[in-house]
Amino acid sequence: MTISDYTRAPSVGTEQPELAARLQKIWETAPGIGGWLSTVDHKEIGLRYIVTAFAFLILGGVEALVFRLQLSWSDRHLLNPEQYDQLFTMHGMTMIFLYAGPVLSGFSNYLWPLLLGARDMALPRLNALSYWIYLFAGIFLYAAFAIGFGPNDGWFNYVPLAARAYNGGPNIDFYALGMILLGISTTVGAVNFVVTFMRMRAPGMSINRVPILIWGTLTASMANIFAIPAVSLAFFLLWMDRNVGTHFFDTAGGGGSAMLWQHLFWMFGHPWVYAIVLPAMGMVSDGLPVFCRRPLVGYSAVALATVATMVLGFGVWVHHMFATGLPNISLSFFSAASIIIAVPSAVGVFAWLATIWTGRPVFTTPFLFFASFILLFTIGGVSGFMTGSVPVDWQLTDTYFVVAHIHYVLIGINVFPVAGAIYFWFPKFTGRMLDERLGRWNFWTMFVGFNLGFFPMHISGLLGMPRRVYTYAEGMGWDWLNLITTLGSFVFAAGVLMLIWNVLKSVRSGAIAGDNPWDAPTLEWATSSPPPPYNFVVIPTVQSRHPLWEDRLASRPDEARSHPHAGLVLEHGREAIGTDPLDAQPDIILKMPGDSYAPLVFAIAVTAIFIGLLLLAWWLVALAAVVTAATTVGWLWPERNLGETREPARD
Amino acid sequence: MAGASGAKASATLPLTWGVIGVSVAVMVIVAALLALAIWRRPGIALATRMAIGPDKGGTNFLWVGVGISTLALLATIVWTVKVLAEIGKPTVTPALTIEVTAHQWWWEVRYLDNDTRAIFTTANEIHIPTGTPVQFKLIGGDVIHSFWVPALAGKTDLIPGQTNEIWLEADKPGTYRGQCTEYCGLEHAKMAFVVVADTPRDFAAWRSHQIAPDVTPGGGVLASGAVYFGMKCGSCHAVRGSDAAGVLGPDLSHFATRQTIAAGVLANTPQNLSAWIDDPQGIKPGNLMQKPELSLEQRGQIVAYLETLK
Repeated sequence: MTISDYTRAPSVGTEQPELAARLQKIWETAPGIGGWLSTVDHKEIGLRYIVTAFAFLILGGVEALVFRLQLSWSDRHLLNPEQYDQLFTMHGMTMIFLYAGPVLSGFSNYLWPLLLGARDMALPRLNALSYWIYLFAGIFLYAAFAIGFGPNDGWFNYVPLAARAYNGGPNIDFYALGMILLGISTTVGAVNFVVTFMRMRAPGMSINRVPILIWGTLTASMANIFAIPAVSLAFFLLWMDRNVGTHFFDTAGGGGSAMLWQHLFWMFGHPWVYAIVLPAMGMVSDGLPVFCRRPLVGYSAVALATVATMVLGFGVWVHHMFATGLPNISLSFFSAASIIIAVPSAVGVFAWLATIWTGRPVFTTPFLFFASFILLFTIGGVSGFMTGSVPVDWQLTDTYFVVAHIHYVLIGINVFPVAGAIYFWFPKFTGRMLDERLGRWNFWTMFVGFNLGFFPMHISGLLGMPRRVYTYAEGMGWDWLNLITTLGSFVFAAGVLMLIWNVLKSVRSGAIAGDNPWDAPTLEWATSSPPPPYNFVVIPTVQSRHPLWEDRLASRPDEARSHPHAGLVLEHGREAIGTDPLDAQPDIILKMPGDSYAPLVFAIAVTAIFIGLLLLAWWLVALAAVVTAATTVGWLWPERNLGETREPARD
Repeated sequence: MAGASGAKASATLPLTWGVIGVSVAVMVIVAALLALAIWRRPGIALATRMAIGPDKGGTNFLWVGVGISTLALLATIVWTVKVLAEIGKPTVTPALTIEVTAHQWWWEVRYLDNDTRAIFTTANEIHIPTGTPVQFKLIGGDVIHSFWVPALAGKTDLIPGQTNEIWLEADKPGTYRGQCTEYCGLEHAKMAFVVVADTPRDFAAWRSHQIAPDVTPGGGVLASGAVYFGMKCGSCHAVRGSDAAGVLGPDLSHFATRQTIAAGVLANTPQNLSAWIDDPQGIKPGNLMQKPELSLEQRGQIVAYLETLK
């Protein structure tokens, strides 16, 4: 989105084949490797995010299976302590930072412009940059592991254990720099979502008409913009402590503070947990009603609860620090906040239950994933509520009870909705349906495996088993529970494999889907499957939350109707319509940028800066910084063929 | 955790069962509602099923469900704050203060006293008298650790640069296991300790015995064991009353009275002690104790000497 075209009022029309052909020429990515590397199409970027996130999910999963074998019985010697420490740290880091957040960015990237009736995200090149940096940050972090110096102090990386004095290798330098790099990706991605929400909604899509997924990703993005600076700062201070002799965290006479790290880390960490579940909850809020054949109960309440969760989520970081010796009076406040944050969650649970109750459920695989999510969400929620009560948390914290809790949250509220979302939106992504029969097997294997593996962890924790131990002595009474957990984790992994198998199989031979195989109500189903590069031939106009169900939901025949297939014609180069933030009244024609190598080059250069910082090679840092600056100029240079200059080329 | 044996743990236990009860009830209610919602209208033909229903009904779920949840949550907050206030301070001022410093990966235990001659240091085994609150000063010696004796109280971190104070009270005599619960590096898994609660009389006897120095053996095998210990072990370990006065490792005064070796890793038997001295890195990889250069005979003499430190 650069300059606008004020002088022209776009014409209004319907979907014509010759218009579609013209738009195809304007918007399509060049074939071959060049196009692949330079594309800024949000659908391509979204799919890359999802595929990359799943690659990391598999890596993180294999790491977990290896250390589950180690823990399957007392005093096993499959791994030595150092191997165990790297594995559990890599597992946590991978799942939390390289899978759970990015996979949702992938879905949101793919779906947002389609849900909003837009041609692309507001800032397409920034979108490409966000993906490339994510990929390079992931490779950067895994490079450490590959050469034997993976992060090994846990994903929370407490100081002074992570200080040079106690961890002399490059492990933590990799982690610190990789996390700052990843933070750039997340931040620009978040900015893009917020701007897209404000400017790119179809005419008439006022903020009370956007799907709940939009609310989920929007609030998560706002949270990221405020939360990520805290963690990036923390990692930067740590890197300086380790490499240039500062003393921010030096507790051995340097005047530093170990608590500073914990505050900064959890000011980020707690909101982040909500950021990686709210979009997934949004996917359920939008997907579940389709299979209950009615709109979501309590749309406004659920949207407000989403925002309220995030706002409260910034006030509960001390939840993770109840045992650090803070005064009881401040613990009381944070305890109350940690407990009361369950209220908006209850809004969601009862809205979903009511939707099923008052609807007529259709038992498809996505329905099974979405409906089971309600139960898993509740279990993960109540265990979080238990740890919100300080005296109880003093017993539960840092035991396997919390391991159970975090997995019910991250698998129950992220992986299950994501699996459901894959079954739900795969037809839109590929034009083909996933196999339903295999889908049932997939669901039940994952559901049984997950609960078999992770529910017993609550009990191991109540029996006193601490987290992050590479082994435990016999006679503690934890052996059988751990064996069951290990078995369950393998069953769960088999379920995830079935999902991947179903995708690989169906992408070639699945049944042809058509535009709207589920008879769903929102705009992404109004275009073809897969959608063309320009998404919509004409810009749709929206009058309700359910444009494709209006005929059947209308109580009066004269109610205003949405027009998914008729509206503004925008064909002078890559154009999109800009609308105002509240009511989505069109007010500008936006000139969208074309495909470009700039995001890729920029991402490579930024990564090179971080490699330079890792090696303390200042020449490389300087060189890469110069390339970064030069790329920025090229990035922003207006292109005549896209009409980005004042005298647009007429065709 | 289920077997609370101290004032603090006992005060927390009803709250724990309370929140478990609420949680299980919520889980059961939601599961039941979900199952009912899914299966309450079987046998509708697919064509009817696929019709779009109107956007009405169901808001009662929100009012009732969220209303009841909020009441339960508010009640839990009140209960939590009440218990927190209850266990914040002991009813009587503790007469005994014990300073615990956590190291990678063992526990240094110092009994404080106004009379400096009555101050002594021990390791990995904490004795306390029953029926009275005991004050603890918790210090992080290197990295962050966490002090947890499940049967007596919840966790408190030991953080370098600050001193956290807690109190504990045991109702009845017994041995209570404790363990580090904040990840602290390689041997986090093997950083246990025990709290031994004695009757006040037994505790007084134990304490005065600990204050007294160990007796240096007069001659023979034990004497050469003491000499080798001083030479090979004394730069890190201390035995009060001998030349060994190291401060890097655990103080081994009255070592033979302790239940375990190497922070709860092995039972304290002569065989285990010999195995530990022979291969500390094999038993607890990464710990700071290096294998001393000793002949088999010398090792035997050191073991024999340590076993006399009653």
